[in-house]
Amino acid sequence: MTAPQTPDRNPRRAFIAAAGAGVAGLGFAAIAPGLHLMAVGEANAATEARKAGTAASPAVRWGLLIDAGKCAPGCTKCIDACHTENGVTEKLPDPRQNSQWIRKIELVDRRDGRKTELPMMCQHCANPPCVDVCPTGASMKRADGIVLVDRHTCIGCRYCMMACPYKARSLVHVPLTEQNPEVPRGQGCVESCTLCVHRVDKGQTPACVESCPEGAMLFGDLNDPSSAIAKRIASVPTTQVRADLRLNHGVRYQGL
Amino acid sequence: MMRILAAMVLAMIAVSPAPTFAGEGERTPKPVVTIENPGKCVAPAEEMRRNHMEMLKHQRDRTLRAGIRGEPASLNACIECHASKATGSVLGTAEGGKGRNFCESCHSYVAVKLDCFECHQPKAKFKAAGVKP
Repeated sequence: MTAPQTPDRNPRRAFIAAAGAGVAGLGFAAIAPGLHLMAVGEANAATEARKAGTAASPAVRWGLLIDAGKCAPGCTKCIDACHTENGVTEKLPDPRQNSQWIRKIELVDRRDGRKTELPMMCQHCANPPCVDVCPTGASMKRADGIVLVDRHTCIGCRYCMMACPYKARSLVHVPLTEQNPEVPRGQGCVESCTLCVHRVDKGQTPACVESCPEGAMLFGDLNDPSSAIAKRIASVPTTQVRADLRLNHGVRYQGL
Repeated sequence: MMRILAAMVLAMIAVSPAPTFAGEGERTPKPVVTIENPGKCVAPAEEMRRNHMEMLKHQRDRTLRAGIRGEPASLNACIECHASKATGSVLGTAEGGKGRNFCESCHSYVAVKLDCFECHQPKAKFKAAGVKP
């Protein structure tokens, strides 16, 4: 069962939204007939908290736009913030076994030596391979597009880790005691970026987005044409990593 | 007919409780349950004793899979209310080394494995330390 995840392209609706914003007193300038420049008040404005007792809506699709051009070399603030927020604090003797919810990777163009750094994590695919292969149904996609592991049914087989093209998932190798009460995690289960689902449900943005000193990360609803992220994706060229796999990511990159 | 009657008598003997000797050689100490905040539970004690696992099981699926937040039954709410005031936890030994804390006291008495806290944080108001810079 897949809900339609494409943004609403109804031009009339976009026009109404633009007109409404203009009336509301935001910066609104006509460049040419039919073409308007709108100042977006707060780039990472907090999303609205969902009311208690209501389910995640398939009308929403949470996404993240990462501007690799702004990502500062050597900066690990997003990783630190993520791992603090989610209680990923264990340091194992073999560092390859440490959980990694988000990591920095460096791309080097061999011809001219141009280096680009970017954070890489679960891409929150609309067609996630991890969900396809999970033998117990633990790997799942929520109605609003967030891909999660249901640890109550995860048996730790790590098939999803092999299926993921982005190496986004980790297995917890040791017993844990320092979990954040809102982020349960434990030995023998696979885990990955949850897009800070516990924060998003409260109307906050993910910890990495909040921590980025360069403002290189933008969080929002891809399905809402009036959201800052949808507008940016509609106006600048953005990339999905390995778009050839046609997984339709919630996480997009700019400036790659 | 006699055979059926004999079978019935035998069955009645089999299900009758074994004779108990009060106070004699109690091998497993009875759970000492301390209710820190009495009268604030989401359901009466009888219902909670019988059904808390079902309530939590259905709630966890609704919260994780459907994304429904703020349900009355929630493990974190249990912990916030039932954690021992001395140790701040629902697991481990209670104050003065007598008995055990709320969840563990009954579960160890009835020998039912308590899986929740292999992933969930058993301490109330716990703040994760975070990575060192």
